[in-house]
Amino acid sequence: MVTYIVRRLVTAALILLGASFLVYLLTALSGDPLEELRTSSAPNRQALMDARINLLDLDTPAPLRYFKWLGGAAQCLVPFSNACNLGKNISGQPITEALGFALVQTLTLVTGATILAILIGISLGIVTALRQYSALDYGVTFMAFLFFSLPIFWVAVLLKEFGAIGFNDFLRNPEIPPVVALGIGAVLGIITAVAVGGETKRRLIVGGSVFAAVSLILFYFSLTQWFRNPGLGPVIIAIMGAGIAVGVTILVSGLKNRKALQSSLIVVGIGVIAYFAVQPLLNEATGLMIFLLAIAAILIGVAVGYFMGGYDRGQSMRAAGLTAFLVGALVVVDRFMQAWPEYFNNSRVRGRPIATIGAGTPNIQGDFWIMSTDTLTHLVLPTIALILVSLASYTRFTRSSMLEIMNMDYIRTARAKGLSERSVIMGHAFRNALIPIATIVAFDIGALIGGAVITETVFSVRGMGFLFIDGLLHTDPNPVMGVFLCVAITAMVFNLIADLAYSALDPRVRIKA
Amino acid sequence: MSQPTQEDELLAQQALSEAAATQAGSEVTSGLSQGQIVRKRFFGHTGALIGLAVFALIFLLAFTSVGAFGIPGWWKYNHVDVSPLVNDGAPTSSLWPIAWGEHPFGQDRIGRDLFAMTMRGAQQSITVMVLIGAIAGAIGAIVGGLAGYFRGWVEAVLMRLTDVIIIIPLLLLAAVVGQIANRRDEGSWLNGFAANNGVVILGVFLGFVSWVGLARLVRGEFLTLREREFVDAARISGASNARIIFKHILPNAVGVLIVNVTLTMSAAILLETALSYLGLGVKAPDTSLGLLVAQNQEAFATRPWLFWFPGLFIILICLSINFIGDGLRDAFDPRQKKFKAKTAVETTRHSSTTAPVADAPKGS
Repeated sequence: MVTYIVRRLVTAALILLGASFLVYLLTALSGDPLEELRTSSAPNRQALMDARINLLDLDTPAPLRYFKWLGGAAQCLVPFSNACNLGKNISGQPITEALGFALVQTLTLVTGATILAILIGISLGIVTALRQYSALDYGVTFMAFLFFSLPIFWVAVLLKEFGAIGFNDFLRNPEIPPVVALGIGAVLGIITAVAVGGETKRRLIVGGSVFAAVSLILFYFSLTQWFRNPGLGPVIIAIMGAGIAVGVTILVSGLKNRKALQSSLIVVGIGVIAYFAVQPLLNEATGLMIFLLAIAAILIGVAVGYFMGGYDRGQSMRAAGLTAFLVGALVVVDRFMQAWPEYFNNSRVRGRPIATIGAGTPNIQGDFWIMSTDTLTHLVLPTIALILVSLASYTRFTRSSMLEIMNMDYIRTARAKGLSERSVIMGHAFRNALIPIATIVAFDIGALIGGAVITETVFSVRGMGFLFIDGLLHTDPNPVMGVFLCVAITAMVFNLIADLAYSALDPRVRIKA
Repeated sequence: MSQPTQEDELLAQQALSEAAATQAGSEVTSGLSQGQIVRKRFFGHTGALIGLAVFALIFLLAFTSVGAFGIPGWWKYNHVDVSPLVNDGAPTSSLWPIAWGEHPFGQDRIGRDLFAMTMRGAQQSITVMVLIGAIAGAIGAIVGGLAGYFRGWVEAVLMRLTDVIIIIPLLLLAAVVGQIANRRDEGSWLNGFAANNGVVILGVFLGFVSWVGLARLVRGEFLTLREREFVDAARISGASNARIIFKHILPNAVGVLIVNVTLTMSAAILLETALSYLGLGVKAPDTSLGLLVAQNQEAFATRPWLFWFPGLFIILICLSINFIGDGLRDAFDPRQKKFKAKTAVETTRHSSTTAPVADAPKGS
């Protein structure tokens, strides 16, 4: 095992050397860094050109320059020496500094989108695999192909137009005409009626109730101007929490496990009480506090599950912990909604909350909630765009993986020994289907940092992709190399993790050392 | 799902793919060659057929309307001509009554015909796509085939080379080579050729960096195939390496190759449009679908058609290629038994009550 890892790391280092040499030469070859100066009519043209030649060391041939760069980069390997030198970019800024800033921007952009895409994609994949060849399956498959074929820059422009400009216009006077409310309700009702499956009667009942509920909620929102002053309140949190408790219990242990259901419901009760208790605390919130509160919520849930006990203590603990986390999330969402009117009327935002470009409103000031809302409103459009284009591959992959597993002999054995369909799917099929998905996810996380180039360009986020493209357009190899190093190293590390995870998860796969 | 019979399981122990092929052969395809089976399955795949039809239509429209390879087309404008604005540039085509009009897709601000520009863009995108597919497929097949067949130091060298390229994210690498392909130095040998055929250079350069995934897949296929009995038999009867590779292994690996070349091509469309959008691919005054979207995104509020039509063509081309690829995968993969759900349910019920005789699903 150790031999294997060491060998992999040595090969990886050699590959990295080769690839970095290739990228450096190609970048240096791709254009003329002095081109804009050659055509300029500035009186001190020659001085500017000399300065740039000096800065980029253009008198040295590119292959030699690579080794100079490598000498600087090698110092990064010495721990705690602080002598990391990746060169400077065309405006004289050290690359290490620029990279640090860009990395934060990119990670903020892609983290949420990736997590959501993975969650939604895997759930859709499982549902479509369980309902193979149903209308839902065909619909989702077609949508997957469609999303797969969407150019992200095109989606982004549409989102900017309808998601930001349109929605902001709507917020100016958030009244939904009754016809529109009925229409939205009807569309959602038809979609659920198609999606639920089963007998026609069941489809009609479910679709009809969704239609009625959605239309009524939209009427209510329109009457109370909810979109201007949103909020959940303890009653809604209690109702939604009960729904979450039942849903989580169905998935984790099945409703037959009464102890699990009871512990989840108790947790919801505690959550509603905690809603009042934590409000003063939340007014002083910081990111760390929210994180600690989330951990505390999960611990409380697990503890409730533990003390409720029952014949399967673990299931109760899992169900209650998950419910506690989700109810806690509802409380936080509610607090965000309380901050919404203040954000909306902020002098910098001026009633147009959904932003089309950038990573934050310039010079905005406020407490934790205002700042977080600002980040979220800037992230919402790029996140939707990224989810749309990356959803398809996860859905398709999970579906085929799940279908393959469902035909295995051990699934038939599990059914034959009388297990409920829930435990066959969640316990036997889903866990095994996750093995290949885990490796795909690891690969994708590795490729994540460099993968959002176009999204960053469209939404003017100055992240890694921006650094790369900007360096390339100025024929400046240093930022290009900096981005490449980050991307390549994460990709290699996660490839290794993917291989190790595969052999850890699937005992049939053994690493040959 | 059909229940595997005892016979099937025996076969499966010998070779999984062979077993499935035999099973498939026992349905309605007995007496047909491999190629005939694949063709039959492909033409039974509705999505793939629609994809093929749509792509053929776009191909014909794009290449005949504004002309290509120096042959003039039937459309009266081209992508650079400026003509007076008709109807303030709005599209003149309408569905009811069906009318084509002077400028069916409208005009841009200075009066260029959007239909001509979109067709030219589609031509460029399709050209780049085909070039990437062909070059990446050829290099991938050669590299993967050599590495998989000869093993040893050949494999070590070729696969390390593949590793070096695969570690660079494709979009980033493509951006770099796109920039190189657009370099127009005075007096360089490429210059004269590139001035007229810039998109061909771009396609060739992109092809040279997109073969790595294919090479890995082909190598994997060769690795399994070279251990099979028919290769041993061929070797014992004195066949040369070239003969074994081209006559015995390649025909068996061609399914994997074709399917993945198709999928590479659908990714290539998006790659080319994305590069052009970023300003690293096709450059003005020539045009491409991605470039059209990039140039016209600011005008969305005033002239939305400038944005809709190029985008729709990107999606249509990519979607049709994806469906063709899906159909090809189903056709070539003998394990993926595409059948109607109702038939399958009946078959399963049937086989659970009676003795499991040959219960291969009907239809293909």
